[in-house]
Amino acid sequence: MVEFSLWDIARNLLLSVRWTVALSLVAFIGGGVVGLLLLYARLGGGRVAGKLVGGYVQVFQGTPLLIQLFLAFFGIAALGVNVSPWIAASVCLTLYSSAYLAEIWRGCVDAVPKGQWEAAKSLGLSFAQQLRLIVLPQAARIAIAPTVGFMVQVIKGTALASIIGFVEITKTGGMIANATFQPFLVYSFVAAFYFALCFPLSWWSKRLELKMSASGR
Amino acid sequence: MLALPERRRPKRRRHPRAAGIQKIGHRIMKIELDFLAVLAQWPLLAKGVVWTLALTVLSAVLGGVVGVACAWMRAYGAKPLAWIAATYVELIRNTPFIVQLFFIFFGLPAAGVKLTPEIASIIAMVVNLGAYAAEIVRAGLDATPRGQFDAAKALGLGRMQMFRLVVLPPALAKVWPAMVSQIIIVMLGSAVCGQISTEELSYAANLIQSRNFRAFESFIIAGAIYLLLAIAVRKLLDWVGPRFLFGASAKAGAR
Repeated sequence: MVEFSLWDIARNLLLSVRWTVALSLVAFIGGGVVGLLLLYARLGGGRVAGKLVGGYVQVFQGTPLLIQLFLAFFGIAALGVNVSPWIAASVCLTLYSSAYLAEIWRGCVDAVPKGQWEAAKSLGLSFAQQLRLIVLPQAARIAIAPTVGFMVQVIKGTALASIIGFVEITKTGGMIANATFQPFLVYSFVAAFYFALCFPLSWWSKRLELKMSASGR
Repeated sequence: MLALPERRRPKRRRHPRAAGIQKIGHRIMKIELDFLAVLAQWPLLAKGVVWTLALTVLSAVLGGVVGVACAWMRAYGAKPLAWIAATYVELIRNTPFIVQLFFIFFGLPAAGVKLTPEIASIIAMVVNLGAYAAEIVRAGLDATPRGQFDAAKALGLGRMQMFRLVVLPPALAKVWPAMVSQIIIVMLGSAVCGQISTEELSYAANLIQSRNFRAFESFIIAGAIYLLLAIAVRKLLDWVGPRFLFGASAKAGAR
């Protein structure tokens, strides 16, 4: 029987924080890229593309992330390809984030006054130019706070990857709890680590929001 | 002589991964989806749906009450009360639901509180929704015009009466769409409760796929049911809210 000291528990969890952070970054950056493409398709791709993107967003926002993870994990495995939990979780969380980010950013683009589009058009700019030069810079200012807020949701979402066997904080916590028979202590630690990751982002997001609403007036 | 024909045949240079990709291609064609094998287990699915809805209804009602109470504490309560509510809200909002659930189900027994999976799930969902609801309701309370307080005071209403009759209904009406979204998020989050063997929908899907090895199909079907539930619950709550939660007084106040 190996004895776990408090420091052993904290150290092992601390090491697993890397994987939570890595998965969060992959999901957030990948989701950002895909989300931007979806946004572009929704704004400039005509009615069919708009409907398709809308359906995509609805599916990801209307089903549990856990089911999406199971589908990514078992679905790709059903094709006969062995996927590691790491690949399945990255793919799934990327798609999940892209749906949410596309929706958040669409709201921000909608908040830019219509006159801006019209003015850009009257200058003879193409759609891509209107979006890139005129609308997105203004939308981006509004988008920062909710986007940072969404990062918190992504970090919390990665905890579910533990269920398909990805070893991050929650999974490590479960294993340590089983080994030490101290679930109360271990899960308190796990929660504390998530809090340490998420709270600064939440706080930053709230501050940005306050600053925006103050400058907007 | 014998070796010649083999030499003549030019060796086709193939991408090293070509064979693998081809194999996958064959497999994709070979996959047969058998949704009926999953749907044949409909009693399990139906039981799962009932559990999911029961968890959602209970946590929506209780979580809503917790949320309103915490919003009141933060907006009008004494300093220590406001501080407690704020700590609770931040702690819950910045940790994953699954960790809260595991803490309650696995952690609390070590501290002497034993819970069944169902009770643990409900507590976790109520605690979770309560924190988010508190933040949502508070946004509604903050938007109450000053004149409303003065008018209520002029009518001689007490503090609690003022909150219950004058401030809360229009505040709820204002934030109802956000509240509905949050309730749906919690409903979808309840899929995690299957991990501690609460027999809700995702638990049923897992059980079915462990019986007939139709993992892909059973999760597709579970996902479709969740999607329908999300749409139906939103429709229902959009209908329920204005009729039963905040009536005519809210309509008057919201203007």
